[in-house]
Amino acid sequence: MPKAHDVLFRTLADPTRRAIFERLCRDGEQTVGALTVRAGVSQPAVSKHLGVLKQAGLVRDRHEGRETHYSAQLRALAPLIDWTSQMTGFWQRRFDDLEDLLKRMDQ
Amino acid sequence: MNETSAATRSVVVEREFPHPPEKIWRALTQPHLIEEWLMKNDFKPVVGHHFNLRAAPQPGWNGVIDCEVLVIEPNRTLSYTWNSGEAELAIKSVVTLSLTPKGAGTLLRMEQTGFRQDQQQNYQGAKYGWQHFFAKLEQVAARTD
Repeated sequence: MPKAHDVLFRTLADPTRRAIFERLCRDGEQTVGALTVRAGVSQPAVSKHLGVLKQAGLVRDRHEGRETHYSAQLRALAPLIDWTSQMTGFWQRRFDDLEDLLKRMDQ
Repeated sequence: MNETSAATRSVVVEREFPHPPEKIWRALTQPHLIEEWLMKNDFKPVVGHHFNLRAAPQPGWNGVIDCEVLVIEPNRTLSYTWNSGEAELAIKSVVTLSLTPKGAGTLLRMEQTGFRQDQQQNYQGAKYGWQHFFAKLEQVAARTD
C-alpha cells in the first residue's frame, strides 16, 4: 500500500480530528477559535489536530491579521478514492484469471 | 444488513460464470486452485484459520497479506480478513465472496470493506466511523460538482 493511504487513514482515524475536518468540509473556512467552540476540546488541542491535518495536506491555513483561517483541501482525499478503484481493478483481473481456471477445470 | 453494506465504503466486483456454485467453491477454497487465480497461500476452509496470501514483493511492501477465515458456508459464502502492509499502519479489510445460483450458472460477488487497524475498539465502531465519514464526504463531493 502506498504511504499516502497510511497517512490519510491514520490522520482521519482520530474521531476529534475527523470531526474538525468534516466541519471544515461542511461549513467552509473557519478560525481556530470558531472550531474550538464546537470541538469539545481545548484550543491548543484543536491547534494540534489542525497541525496534523495540515501535514497530511487535508487543510490549508491563511493568515489574516492576528487570526489564522483554516479550510479543507478535498483534493488530498484522492488517494483514498484511488484505493477503491485500484482494488476494483485488482479483483476484476483476478476474476479474469478465475474465469480461465474454471474453463480449464472442465477439461 | 444490506443497508449497512451499502452505506459502508467498500469495493464490490460481481461477475456471472457459466459454472455451478459447487465448482466455483472449489476454486475459492482449494489452495492449489486459489493459487491459480489469486495468490500463493496456505488456506484451509476452517473458521479461525490464519493464513497468508503471497504476491511478488514490491518496493515498500513485502507482498504478504495476513488473513483469517471468518465465514465458511459451503457453496454460498466465504469471508476472510485481508490485512496488508506494516502491522501498525496497515489498512485492514474484510473480503466476502458470495455465490448465488443463476440459471445454469452462478453470480459471484466480491465485497471488500476497509477500515483502520488502530480503531481496535471494535469492528462495528470502525465501520460506523468510516460510514459516517464517507456519508459526509459524499454529500460534500456532490455539492462541489
